[in-house]
Amino acid sequence: MSVTVRIPQPLRRFTENRDVIELSAGTVGELLEQLERQYPGITERLREPDGQLRRFVNIYVDGEDIRFLSGLATEVRDGTEVSIIPAIAGGSESVLRC
Amino acid sequence: MAQATNTVEAETRSYVTGLRCRLCRAEYPERPVAICEECFGPLEVEYDYAALVRVISRELIASRPPTMWRYRELLPLGVPPRVGAETGYTPLVPAPRLGAALGLKNLYIKNDGVCHPTLSFKDRVVAVSLSKACEFGFDTVGCASTGNLANSVAANAARAGLKAYVFIPEMLEQAKILGTQIYGARVIAIRGTYDDVNRLCSEIVYTLNWGLVNVNLRPFYSEGSKTVGFEIAEQLGWRAPDAVVVPMAGGSLLTKIHKSFAELQHLGLIPPARPRLFGAQARGCNPIVAAIREGSEEIRPVKPRTIAHSLAIGDPADGYFAMRAIRESGGWAEDATDEEIREGIRLLAETEGIFTETAGGVTVAVTKKLAEQGRLSPDETIILTITGNGLKTMEALTASPPITIAPKIAEVERLLREGI
Repeated sequence: MSVTVRIPQPLRRFTENRDVIELSAGTVGELLEQLERQYPGITERLREPDGQLRRFVNIYVDGEDIRFLSGLATEVRDGTEVSIIPAIAGGSESVLRC
Repeated sequence: MAQATNTVEAETRSYVTGLRCRLCRAEYPERPVAICEECFGPLEVEYDYAALVRVISRELIASRPPTMWRYRELLPLGVPPRVGAETGYTPLVPAPRLGAALGLKNLYIKNDGVCHPTLSFKDRVVAVSLSKACEFGFDTVGCASTGNLANSVAANAARAGLKAYVFIPEMLEQAKILGTQIYGARVIAIRGTYDDVNRLCSEIVYTLNWGLVNVNLRPFYSEGSKTVGFEIAEQLGWRAPDAVVVPMAGGSLLTKIHKSFAELQHLGLIPPARPRLFGAQARGCNPIVAAIREGSEEIRPVKPRTIAHSLAIGDPADGYFAMRAIRESGGWAEDATDEEIREGIRLLAETEGIFTETAGGVTVAVTKKLAEQGRLSPDETIILTITGNGLKTMEALTASPPITIAPKIAEVERLLREGI
């Protein structure tokens, strides 16, 4: 028994193209550490240098956004499904500030 | 119309140089992708402004038919629009009676509630994105929608002969469901909120070869919103207003109106100005307003609870950028309760004869608050962006039963005596 992690397409080049990874961990944060151990470099895409999640990365635990739960401290257990999903944004700052 | 179409064909040429990540600046060629592969940041269309400044002029624009395509050099299309050639250039209506009620002397309504063909500003973004979908060779298109986008994608896909799959949250107004199905689109309701729909759609584009207008076609789609700002400036006689009040769902419209004024200034089409952008949300779904009030850098997602379904996005895609645009421009953001939204709809209808949907009620109610707070001054030129039509959200209001009488003149006289 373990936690199922669904990997988004843009990250599958780190996971030998696997879309689902099985890991054991107690929290989402630990899960990301496990993921990094197994696939070095992957979490650099997900976290800022200070460890916070990047602005346009969302993580869902059994379908719920972890920002509504306990963030990276959200608990996971055997059978939990975790999805990593890049957020869609259109972005438009003052591109013409010149 | 044939002549107008020919003009479009003769002059169409793209000034797009590619896509660029807003965060890490990585560059990409034009293709249906919205997310940077390096950092997951959003991709934005880039133009060759040096070439544009030599080509574009007020006279050139004014010589063209009154549609959004009069600004075609500033839109990301390399071929004539496949759909929506008649879209845009909606009325900018002086609103003196609403202005008197709010204490604002130079108030205007930008009325996209009469946009062609589906009565909301979404016709603009769909005109660009579905034309782009045809350019990329998609035969199936779709969207994640709170309703207005669904209507527009369905109608325009029908006209282009494209197959459409439209994903909506399960709680949506009947008019918006019927107004999507009527065009032959497959409407799929998702158990959950718009945010769940959006999340599903962002997974779909990696699985199916579909052009989802606000997902993998988003960089092109969102550019269509700039035409709201272009038109406001041209209709004011080529100048920026002092302030614009914009309803916010994902926040994209506000950021693109901000960009539109910056582009017009950069190209010398309007004099330098600093229009303030004001964002409007429903109290029951106000993540961007909350961040502005708290001075926070983070947009905390919420679970929406409001009658303004078209604004019920709890995790706004462009919330961060909308917040930045509001702050940079010197604007502010406010919210409105459901009751204030209903009052706003009635006030606009009774003073200016424009029946707007719930999102418009939010905009009117928020403008009232901003005026009361002194954030809008009486003599300033102020624009209310009305983005949708009231006939689509009738459930939000209750009709009073009409007085019924016999067809006799005496009955009418009796009513008048009773003071009705």
